[in-house]
Amino acid sequence: MFRSANNPWLHRFAVLTALAALGLIGVGGLVTSHEAGMAVTDWPTSNGYNMFLFPVSQWVGGVFYEHTHRLVASGVGLLTTILAVWLWLKDCRVWLRRLGVIAFFGVVFQGVLGGLRVVLLKDQIGIFHATLAQMFLVLVSVLALLTSPWWQRFVASAREFAVPLGLRRLFLFTTLLILAQLVVGATMRHQHAGLSIPDFPLAYGRIWPDTSPTAVARYNQNRLEVTAANPITAFQIELQMAHRLLALTVLGLVAASAWGTRRRLGGRNPATKLAAAWLALIGIQVVLGAWTIWSNKAADIATAHVVVGAASLVTGALLSLIAFRSVAEFRSVAAAVVDEPTRAISPHPLPRAA
Amino acid sequence: MAPPSGGGVGFLIQVKGNPGAEGGRFACFAEECYSCPVSQLIERLNMKLTLGVSGVLAALATWNLALAADITGTVTLKGTPPPEVEITPLKNDPTCGPLHKDVPKTRFYVVGPKGELADVVVSLKGITGKSTGASVAPLVIDQKGCEYLPYVAAVQTGQKIDVKNSDPVMHNVHDTPTASGNKERNQAMLPGGPDLTFTFDAPEEFLRFKCDVHPWMFAYVSVFDSPYFAVTGADGSFKIANVPPGKYTLEARHRKAGTVTKEIEVTDNGAQADLVLELKQ
Repeated sequence: MFRSANNPWLHRFAVLTALAALGLIGVGGLVTSHEAGMAVTDWPTSNGYNMFLFPVSQWVGGVFYEHTHRLVASGVGLLTTILAVWLWLKDCRVWLRRLGVIAFFGVVFQGVLGGLRVVLLKDQIGIFHATLAQMFLVLVSVLALLTSPWWQRFVASAREFAVPLGLRRLFLFTTLLILAQLVVGATMRHQHAGLSIPDFPLAYGRIWPDTSPTAVARYNQNRLEVTAANPITAFQIELQMAHRLLALTVLGLVAASAWGTRRRLGGRNPATKLAAAWLALIGIQVVLGAWTIWSNKAADIATAHVVVGAASLVTGALLSLIAFRSVAEFRSVAAAVVDEPTRAISPHPLPRAA
Repeated sequence: MAPPSGGGVGFLIQVKGNPGAEGGRFACFAEECYSCPVSQLIERLNMKLTLGVSGVLAALATWNLALAADITGTVTLKGTPPPEVEITPLKNDPTCGPLHKDVPKTRFYVVGPKGELADVVVSLKGITGKSTGASVAPLVIDQKGCEYLPYVAAVQTGQKIDVKNSDPVMHNVHDTPTASGNKERNQAMLPGGPDLTFTFDAPEEFLRFKCDVHPWMFAYVSVFDSPYFAVTGADGSFKIANVPPGKYTLEARHRKAGTVTKEIEVTDNGAQADLVLELKQ
């Protein structure tokens, strides 16, 4: 069987799978934004029907969002299966083929988790389900990057830059912080308590809100949520404050990443462009976060906040991957030229290899 | 005449409910008196004993009821609650919206002109193990206009809760208890479908029922391990019936306004207790 690392259609298919996974996260965000996670009461059947034969007449209210989520998830599962098989048959890199297999089992596990959340009636599973969704998106996005012609050129031609260690660590740390931020966000969404703090940039009119029992009782007496029934707790208020502080930290770190990359690698470097896009995404994300509060958690705004958050995580992950891989390529080039007395390993750009 | 069938229980029924049959009992003894075995005599004595105990118990129950009295009162709210908000998702819903002429509003604070507060659960605190829930009529909760009616209710442990669907719309009924021993369920309910029945074994305050198809639909049911509770009506009044005399702690609990307690003494004439819930400033 002929295997190659150059499969343009496989790459396009991987991109499609990654986009579908991002869309699936968006539909999942709509499900939680509309408090519709339990609108279809069973699994793997849908209100007793085969999922694919569920009557359209019953796609009402929250059922529409939850059932759509299941159908899109099935589609992503199918795409991932095809991608894994395609990679296995056509890609020459063993480790990449194994990543495809991991993606396949990941999507199956994710589907089962979603089903168990319905059957076992556990919100905690929902938080894990949301977190795993983000990690799955990162994985298929990495597959899309690694199967791309750009990546082939990057590897084959030995890139002409090495991202300095400090920046690499900054990228990775910030990406992990974004993942932590997404877990906090998922926890907030699965509390079913709406907005635990209804104002922004202040919190209950103060820089740091009063979370004493008397104050929390007063907040609950005055909040009239239409769809989020649970009373808020001091923990939920503190969780949202942590989310805000983390957001501020992430914004600062991503700004530092973009600035540092531009300063060290120059404006035309692909890592610089990606870091700039990352900063733009985080900027949008901060605005969406504020808008989520100002709109009293309108479903479309809150869902956009979820989607851009996922895109921010993916961008950070891909930037980290490129940064760490650039070092390996840079070192290989450096090793090739080490005999030349006029050249030495340097963090500054090397001339492009012939 | 043929002897009556059955044992003491059969005789007991005849004695209590049918004078004609009572004649049959004597006929039996008249015919078989001299040939009655000893066991039959013992049975007769046993029957008399049973009759006697039953009578005493009935008398005690009547005496106990005679001693029991009602607690009545009113719950009012002090302070101005936030204005209720329109349930716009309901009005915008293509299946539920047409069931209402106006946009329905939330029902957090149902307050009368003088502060009378509805949907307050009033109960005697600390009384357990007195539930008669298995023998009382079920609570009926209806889904009408894509809302639960009633919004707040109370039952005893073991008492049935029948949930019906009067809407031409599919709902799902999802109870979300927090007390250990109460089971969470989530069931779809088609228009015209059979009622769903729930029971709960553990006491719990404001056990929530929700519909995830229509996420603005909620009902709250407090579960008590005794029959001594009531839910205030639109005029804020309540009545807890047949409470034995004694000293109690009366508790009024509202989902939003909080909780207030009052020490009371129930005499043969009952007790009157008005309670005030205050909004925190």
